[in-house]
Amino acid sequence: MDSAVLQLQRQLSDYKSSLYNEGFLDDQFTQLQQLQDESNPDFVVEVVSLFFEDSERLLTELTKTLDQQSVDFRKVDAYVHQLKGSSSSIGAQRVQRVCIYFRNYCDEQNVEGCLKCLQQVKNEYTLVKNKLETLFKFEQQLLAAGGSIPMQ
Amino acid sequence: MGLAKESQFHVLAVDDSLVDRKLIERLLKTSSYQVTTVDSGSKALEFLGLNEDEQINSNQPSVSPNNHQEVEVNLIITDYCMPGMTGYDLLKKIKESSSLRNIPVVIMSSENVPSRISRCLEEGADEFFLKPVRKSDVNKLKPHLMKTKDNNHQKQENKEASETIEVQPPQPPQLQPQQQQSNNKKRKAVEVEGLSPDRTMPRYSGLTAV
Repeated sequence: MDSAVLQLQRQLSDYKSSLYNEGFLDDQFTQLQQLQDESNPDFVVEVVSLFFEDSERLLTELTKTLDQQSVDFRKVDAYVHQLKGSSSSIGAQRVQRVCIYFRNYCDEQNVEGCLKCLQQVKNEYTLVKNKLETLFKFEQQLLAAGGSIPMQ
Repeated sequence: MGLAKESQFHVLAVDDSLVDRKLIERLLKTSSYQVTTVDSGSKALEFLGLNEDEQINSNQPSVSPNNHQEVEVNLIITDYCMPGMTGYDLLKKIKESSSLRNIPVVIMSSENVPSRISRCLEEGADEFFLKPVRKSDVNKLKPHLMKTKDNNHQKQENKEASETIEVQPPQPPQLQPQQQQSNNKKRKAVEVEGLSPDRTMPRYSGLTAV
């Protein structure tokens, strides 16, 4: 096999492993990949794109809601619940974890705690977004070089 | 509607989350099911042909059988936590409708709350899946779908006669409406009796043809 392809395959697989090892992704991401096939070759990218759109909307709403004079914690909780759900569905483990703490602060009606969590969840979201975009880029490079993405 | 040929099972998936709708749709399609997704309980009821007027008349025998169901749905899978009508509310409405109550209903939830699970199973849900839903969960749907196909087939052949044989000794046709009511009660009783706290196994309707 082409050495360039081999190198790209290695790069992809190492990068992917690191994402799992560092807790950015969990087994659910693997489940998503297994649902992808020749008839649906872009499934993972499509779901992840929906996750990005959805998360950005939720983070905007959360920022607005927590910025109010009188914070509506039920609304905050509802948004965090949604974010927790979608991050869990795509395997974005670290985002999901922060959402759990976030909900606890909501229950306590602790604005400061919520604001801290909001910042944290924004950070984790940005990180996983960048990581996934890099992962997809590596996949594209591999495909362009004539290689194929190994089934995990 | 094509019952004569080998038609695909049609699943209606209800979830307010865009990501989860995409996911459940893909999961169901890999099992070769035909899928319709909607984002709310009210849209689901609309799709199923159940509206305000139908609800009032839902306990009366239907005059024109295909009036409210243009599309055949073989299973409904719904998220529990949704704004407005929850999955539980939707489940109740389906079970209260004479035209829809035999459609198996599966509930999905991201939260593992035993009382929630029992409540849903008590109300007639056939399965309860924890999210994120996986292929192994979707594989559990087949028996519920097969059961419905058998039911529908039986009804096509011999509408109420088979139900009569199942539950009570044969009675003259004019007693049908009464029997339907007692059938309902019996079905509810069967479900409650069989309930245990960590129940996750599917439950069979008292009207299942064997």
